[in-house]
Amino acid sequence: MNYAVETKNLCRVFKRKRSRKERKQEPTKENQKEVVALDDVNIQVKEGELFGLLGPNGAGKTTLIKILSTLLLPTKGEAWVAGHNVAEDTFNIRMKINSVSGGESSGYGLLTARENVWMFSQFYDVPSKVAKQRADDLFKTFGLYEKRNQKMRTLSTGERQKMGMVRGFITDPDIIFLDEPTLGLDVNASRVIRRFVADWVREHEKKTVLLTTHYMMEAEELCDRVAIIDKGKVLVCDTPENLKKTVRRSSTLRLEIDPLKDYSKFRDIPGIRNFSKKVNPETNRSELVFVIDDEAAVSDILSVVTGEGKRIHELRKTEPTLEDVFVSLVGRALE
Amino acid sequence: MNIHLRLNLRAILGRAYPRVIGSLREPSWIFFEILLPVLAIAAYVFIYQALEAPPEFVGFVILGGAMTAFWLNVLWSMAAQLYWEKEIGNLQLYMMAPMSRMSLLGGMAVGGIFGSSIHASATVLIGVLLFKGPALVFPLMLIPIFLVTLIALYGMGMMFASLYLMWGREAWHMASLMEEPIYFVSGFYFPVKALGFWVALSASVIPITLGLDSMRQLLFPSVAAWGLFPVEIELGILVVLAIIFPIMARIALARMENLARRRGGLTLRWQ
Repeated sequence: MNYAVETKNLCRVFKRKRSRKERKQEPTKENQKEVVALDDVNIQVKEGELFGLLGPNGAGKTTLIKILSTLLLPTKGEAWVAGHNVAEDTFNIRMKINSVSGGESSGYGLLTARENVWMFSQFYDVPSKVAKQRADDLFKTFGLYEKRNQKMRTLSTGERQKMGMVRGFITDPDIIFLDEPTLGLDVNASRVIRRFVADWVREHEKKTVLLTTHYMMEAEELCDRVAIIDKGKVLVCDTPENLKKTVRRSSTLRLEIDPLKDYSKFRDIPGIRNFSKKVNPETNRSELVFVIDDEAAVSDILSVVTGEGKRIHELRKTEPTLEDVFVSLVGRALE
Repeated sequence: MNIHLRLNLRAILGRAYPRVIGSLREPSWIFFEILLPVLAIAAYVFIYQALEAPPEFVGFVILGGAMTAFWLNVLWSMAAQLYWEKEIGNLQLYMMAPMSRMSLLGGMAVGGIFGSSIHASATVLIGVLLFKGPALVFPLMLIPIFLVTLIALYGMGMMFASLYLMWGREAWHMASLMEEPIYFVSGFYFPVKALGFWVALSASVIPITLGLDSMRQLLFPSVAAWGLFPVEIELGILVVLAIIFPIMARIALARMENLARRRGGLTLRWQ
């Protein structure tokens, strides 16, 4: 089997300088010198696959992308992209890949959007005429055609992000890394990007996309397979359907309540596999998600809340989502 | 055509493009790149005229003023450029692309030379029209001297680009620190020989020092006695610098990239 991307026991550790104050203190978990960004990561992405890396901020997704796009070296382990080792054969990898990051605003404000993407295409040996034609086609797809001859500095943030997508796809890469490509975009712009990515993989049999996201809906909608990553470790890797099956025999209970003083009581309730909580600062309410194996736990959960004299504003039992898979694995929500 | 050659030629043209366009699209350069240098030129011209110095000295100053365009370009748009590219998020896209990193710097240099040549020519034209320098001779030797000076100078800028990136924010201060002292020790507005042999010799490591000195000797042969070395020797030294600096730039770039891949953070702008 030819893998577009393969990693074996991949590790990446960042060393950070400790401040003078920290050097005087005993090393603790907070001020430690080394940060483990990736810990023994093993993934295999098939050619033609749309593969998702789902995880919260700081999980190691971007670090993995940086290694695969030859910008970083692994500390330990190995990685191959299009069959080439990332540490040794960078030229052959770089000719076949491209990468787009959400929130990017690369390019020069003085140049037009079209000139900017043309410039980047020249670093990949794309003939000028081909690049200009592809740029126009992609600008049409992303709804930027009318603005293609405007200076980049006059474009909005969302438009620049779409220009980043044009830049990434203008080289017609075999493998593209999309790092949170819809980050901060409005609903419509995100939908355009998601539709384009899905169509691109479907229409080109051998093209591969590795997408990182912390939007579970995006991963669920787009990806053939998803790896859930947290604190540098890949926790599970399967199709979204199979992942959801792992919690299907469980139920997901969502509660919106007044904040409690102590949430640890929920840990002692039998039948709760895991739960997450976050406080909505706008409503000042706690949003709790419980993955429960035994329905009897529901009454105990409600007793804890009402026992503290707090109000239950909403109670829902829902179909499992990828976020529920994440909650059941790590005990906290994605965002 | 060989794929590497084709790719790198395209990359040079691609990276030169913003600088070429920038020179033509932003009229603000007329003020910053021409009028301000002309003011500096005017100050020296009036001093020389007040001291009744030979008219060739007016020519020295105009030439020096014109060459400031190249020096400023090397300092701020070559040496400091990779640092700015990192800040705006372009550098990681450049480092991920398959072209040689030297093509990236080469493109910056080609575009910079184009833009600075326009600025320098305009400065010379205005300087000559305003201050009426002496009659010029234009020997052919001027062409290789000028070209080799630019290759050595931009080679030095390419080398500094990697070093500035490693120095991080201090790059800004380094550039500021180097700007005025180099004007002085390289003799932008007076013959460098006036600083004494050893100071002038030390300053010769900066290619513009000998480049200016040679061009002055060739353009104003009547005051060639002010030259530091004979033009042929200066050309020889410039050729050596034009070979050494690009080689050192290549080594520094490779080291920087290797360090960046090992450490992370040097070329990357994290979200």
